[in-house]
Amino acid sequence: MPKVSALNMPDVPMGLPSHMELQRTRVSCDKDAPTHTENVQASGAYASVGVDNSLRLDQFRKNFRVTVVRLTEDDMEFDMIGIDPSIANAFRRILISEVPTMAIEKVFIANSTTLVQDEVLAHRLGLIPIKADPRLFEWKDDNKVSNEKNTIVFKLHAKCQRGGPRLTVKSDQLKWLPNGSEFIDEPTTATDSTPATGSTPKTFTNFDHSQASLPEFANNPIVPKHPDIIISKLGPGQEIELEAHAVKGIGKTHAKWSPVSTAWYRMLPEVVLLQDIKDELAEELVKKCPAKVFDIEDLGKGKMKATVARPRSCTLCRECIREENWEERVSLRRVKDHFIFTIESAGQLPPQELFTEAVKILEKKCKGLLDELS
Amino acid sequence: MDAQPEPVSYICGDCGMENTLKPGDVIQCRECGYRILYKKRTRRIVQYEAR
Repeated sequence: MPKVSALNMPDVPMGLPSHMELQRTRVSCDKDAPTHTENVQASGAYASVGVDNSLRLDQFRKNFRVTVVRLTEDDMEFDMIGIDPSIANAFRRILISEVPTMAIEKVFIANSTTLVQDEVLAHRLGLIPIKADPRLFEWKDDNKVSNEKNTIVFKLHAKCQRGGPRLTVKSDQLKWLPNGSEFIDEPTTATDSTPATGSTPKTFTNFDHSQASLPEFANNPIVPKHPDIIISKLGPGQEIELEAHAVKGIGKTHAKWSPVSTAWYRMLPEVVLLQDIKDELAEELVKKCPAKVFDIEDLGKGKMKATVARPRSCTLCRECIREENWEERVSLRRVKDHFIFTIESAGQLPPQELFTEAVKILEKKCKGLLDELS
Repeated sequence: MDAQPEPVSYICGDCGMENTLKPGDVIQCRECGYRILYKKRTRRIVQYEAR
């Protein structure tokens, strides 16, 4: 009789045996610690079982899916299925630190008699999200002149009258100056204090034409995203007069340019009942779970059975398997290639556009690497 | 040399009143008599980095 491998018999289905498939695709969260957390990358890892583990582009194209779960103005949750954690993490990192936005970078203070120090005031202004599409602006180097293509100018002039109540200065008092700076850039030397005749006095910017004449901003003036951010509080007689210049930047340089409040992902939780959990045990299980993952199914005649109703809300707190014997009844797992991605936009761009921008940035980086290698 | 130095205005440390003083004047607020006066902030524009 010819020798045939037990795993190569015609009536035995090919592919990985189920326990190995489980180890490959799931992280199992046991009572003490998670196991099988690693991703099997090697193409020949299962060669002895006759399974090809290599990553193929057409396979990836066929299996990769994105489904949007929730989308609001500033908030988005979506599932990325069939992707390696390294790429999911790359998107997260790019979203936080490499998608450009516009933020106030230079503050020209003409007068500030408030208790808030000038430096602190400037820092606070920098953190205000500006509702302006960064794709419409150019990068500004330190040695480049500020012009209408790379700078947004805001003016803030607030004064608290004597004898009146205290005044709260909020972000809606930042007024956009589409024609650029209005402050005169005084020459430092006193000798040429006479301004050049005929020409307009030199300001801190050099705008050729008004930003308001551009079609993108004609009906869509540039304002801070939120009108109610408190900038400072003025006592009677105090005054602030300043100009703030916003430029394009990335979160890597300073967090004020980060377009997201945060962006994060988690692996899809999978809760499996290994045996039927009935009656009192079912009630006990439902009571154990703080995330309300389980439900009770009424079987009639006073009989009940536990079901997994909301596995997505499982936080993997492991409370359900903490007590004796429960690990045999419930199995907590995470799907290794299914990511629940959440993006909280800071408001400069809607979250779905932030993600496409992140994808474009990763694409550009990959192209840059290929160019470098070839 | 300038014959007449420009009078400089100061802010009273107590009542906040503006006082113009010439060299040789008594350093005292005209309104309340307080003897600590503060120099006013420069009218020049000061540039800060918003970081």
